[in-house]
Amino acid sequence: MTAYLLKGVSVVGGSPTDLIIRDGVISSDRSGALEEIDAAGLVALPGLVDLHTHLREPGREDAETVETGSRAAALGGYTAVCAMANTSPVADTAGVVEQVWRLGREAGLVDVQPIGAVTVGLAGKQLAELGAMATSAANVRIFSDDGFCVADPRLMRRALEYVKAFDGIIAQHAEEPRLTEGAQMHEGEVSTRLGLTGWPAVAEEAIIARDVLLAEHVGSRLHVCHVSTAGSVEVLRQAKARGVLVTAEVTPHHLLLTDELAASYDPVFKVNPPLRTAGDVAALREALVEGVIDVVATDHAPHAVEDKECEWAYARPGMLGLETALSIVLSVLGDRWDLIADRMSRTPARIARLAGHGTDLAVGSPANLTLVDPSARRVVDPAELASRSRNTPYSGTTLPGRIVATFLRGEPTVLDGKAVK
Amino acid sequence: MASPRADTSTKIILTGSDLHRVVDRIAHQILEKTSGATGTVLLGIPTRGVPLAQRLAARIHAFEGIDVPVGALDITLYRDDLRLHATRALGKTELPGGGIDGRRVILVDDVLFSGRTVRAALDALNDVGRPSSVQLAVLVDRGHRELPIRADYVGKNIPTALTESVRVSLTETDGSDEVKLTGGDDK
Amino acid sequence: MIKHLRSAADLDAATATLILDTAAEMAALAGREVKKLPTLRGRTVVNLFYEDSTRTRISFEAAAKRLSADVINFSAKGSSVSKGESLKDTALTLQAMGADAVVIRHSASGAPHRLASWVDGSVINAGDGTHEHPTQALLDAYTMRSRLGRLDGLKVAIVGDVLHSRVARSNVLLLTTLGAEITLVGPPTLIPVDIAAALSPTELAGSASLRGDRLVTGEKALGLPASANPADDGKPSAFSPAAITKVSYDLDSVLPVMDVVMMLRVQTERMQDSYFPSAREYSRRYGLDVARMRKLPEHAIVMHPGPMNRGMEIAPEVADSSRSTIVEQVANGVSARMAVLYLLLGGKA
Repeated sequence: MTAYLLKGVSVVGGSPTDLIIRDGVISSDRSGALEEIDAAGLVALPGLVDLHTHLREPGREDAETVETGSRAAALGGYTAVCAMANTSPVADTAGVVEQVWRLGREAGLVDVQPIGAVTVGLAGKQLAELGAMATSAANVRIFSDDGFCVADPRLMRRALEYVKAFDGIIAQHAEEPRLTEGAQMHEGEVSTRLGLTGWPAVAEEAIIARDVLLAEHVGSRLHVCHVSTAGSVEVLRQAKARGVLVTAEVTPHHLLLTDELAASYDPVFKVNPPLRTAGDVAALREALVEGVIDVVATDHAPHAVEDKECEWAYARPGMLGLETALSIVLSVLGDRWDLIADRMSRTPARIARLAGHGTDLAVGSPANLTLVDPSARRVVDPAELASRSRNTPYSGTTLPGRIVATFLRGEPTVLDGKAVK
Repeated sequence: MASPRADTSTKIILTGSDLHRVVDRIAHQILEKTSGATGTVLLGIPTRGVPLAQRLAARIHAFEGIDVPVGALDITLYRDDLRLHATRALGKTELPGGGIDGRRVILVDDVLFSGRTVRAALDALNDVGRPSSVQLAVLVDRGHRELPIRADYVGKNIPTALTESVRVSLTETDGSDEVKLTGGDDK
Repeated sequence: MIKHLRSAADLDAATATLILDTAAEMAALAGREVKKLPTLRGRTVVNLFYEDSTRTRISFEAAAKRLSADVINFSAKGSSVSKGESLKDTALTLQAMGADAVVIRHSASGAPHRLASWVDGSVINAGDGTHEHPTQALLDAYTMRSRLGRLDGLKVAIVGDVLHSRVARSNVLLLTTLGAEITLVGPPTLIPVDIAAALSPTELAGSASLRGDRLVTGEKALGLPASANPADDGKPSAFSPAAITKVSYDLDSVLPVMDVVMMLRVQTERMQDSYFPSAREYSRRYGLDVARMRKLPEHAIVMHPGPMNRGMEIAPEVADSSRSTIVEQVANGVSARMAVLYLLLGGKA
């Protein structure tokens, strides 16, 4: 196993130092041959952890596979991703989550941690075998019907209670389905102008409000996926102040883009929950800094070309995120490295119970880390992305920051900005 | 069009009073060639053909007390060069009461050049009725015909180079009466 | 000259007026024996209709044919469209056939915008989903102008299912551009939610202050392409509070000051979605019957884009009265569409 010396690196924004990677851990042993990397001006972060990734395998390997998604993740600075359950077949049994987990091991670019479905077939009717998934080789701790809301309040209550037995957590896609039938974009002035059916903010806020009360009532952990409105932030702020065990994520695109982009009718900007207003964006940024929102999660959602090159209403919702997430967060938070490490690595690893991830880069810790060049600029070219799909909303945009290298347990997965395999 | 550019090569071809005399002469010729303008209709081609037709009618009335019906015939939709230019706004087409069927139509325009405008006017005329005969009156004939068309009444023949242009100003449309030749500037 | 007519927002006041003036000339030509003009000889106009709309298709077809364009009708029924061909593939086919203009009717809002990004020719929106129907607005404006002599300062009530109406959206955009004052009337469930909110001055101030400098700077620093950021195009939005003077839930109170009342078709299916309780209640509160018509000023006209639900939003006596312009609207449709085709296709491409 090659040992590495990162020369003159800034660890999480600190003053330049040398970092040695040997035998899978951060080391102080300078003996023997060291592969030296000039890291002057580069920042080392604990490897990023994504709580919300769609890898599409099994079922839609034309859009993404575990391998291509893993490569995209590594290039984005990630060392672990949580793979959502809405595959085909749905990851609602031990068999499917183990398959995804194994595919992740084989690809060997990031740790792929499967998320299990809450209900059978994501149908919202009957609990999936949560315990079997938890005790499987995949060791599932997060359960989510993402793509669909666990709308039935009684079922949601049961799920929240049931997973306490194995320290699980329900990650809710908060969308009241009756309020969003046929919804195409944020309900507001722009949807009115464009004649697209509105997705009202209240459809998200009402579910979050209900679920924090349920979680409080049964004393369970609750995680809220892709929070998108200022009103949701308020609900979460109040719940956290009362001590409810709720955590929440925001996507990079909800921190940057607004519903005005729908005016092009280009479905690359169609996503669920939809892009909201500038006021929502401002509230989400504030909440992320404050900690009301705990993590940035990509909701990386690859889609085949034919699912996006069509009429807006017929397009599937979702955007690529893994390869641009850190750049977007950098542009939003600036060089507050400790905050970035917290929101993109430490906290998501803690929520997902991922041992060995999100740890400080101290001697003896697992060498899961990424090297960022904050001064670099790049123009996003969809054709150059490692993802099998092309549906990035940032095509042609100049983004700050570049991932120079990523290490997974001491092995480089990315060197010189290129995936090693 | 009528912007007075400080162009050294500008030459006045007809002054205001020249222009009046020319219109008088055409009016007389029309009376002469049409046996007192009986059964005749004057149709001006927008923009400047319309006031010219009105002036001719007024002079004919002054000379002989005869009222010749006057109208306007817009030819934009019949042009063969539409695709060579940005879209043109339409002019007005107004046929005098009684129409043109069975009458002698005299088309009136300011400048006769390639003949394509007149060709378009003949097509347009064909769609609005069936005159017994069609004649053409122009203030200026500057030559360079591209079609077998000639005028029956010509105010003034002006030999020109293709690079030159003839600018007709009329009080009704441009504030003053005169005809200028500007040239050589490849316009 | 503009290339496409995807939205009434594509038209500024000068262009819209030019179209109405041109339509007036076209209407004058329609009275003569030979209606055909050689203007668009050699040009190909494709009618691409994904929704049945015989009246709109025939109107466009008549307009194109009177200008001597070759017309190809490409209807969703019995074509490759029903076999699942995508809009993009259809667009590429039309492109290969050399279509100079595509007139598109589609159930998805924004389909004409998508189409315009795939074909070189002009795209004319003949109705897209619940978005817009700009040629309907042009013929409506033309009808108002020819009946009442002006548009500037005209008071127009648009009554009914504004939420789902493409006719309403295009009319609001076009008529406000041309200086008319619009009042939208209907049950609150059928008036888009943000209009009501925008009417409250405190709400307005609040939403304005939320547009923080930080975000704007962030977006600029990122260099989002201008084309992807339509907020910069400087166009007024249809339903911005500046463009809309009023919303009313009470038809009776607005009628006495209106110059024009435009009744929108209300589909009875909306009842199932609880937009209103019953056809009877809707008709009683928002239908234009003889008693309500009498409240209008002497000169006021009654319009309807058709097809009408007689007895629902409009009483038969009103539809057939001398105030009604419903039949004129159909005739004016051909003139307005001729004007649009001429102005989009009549010059250098």
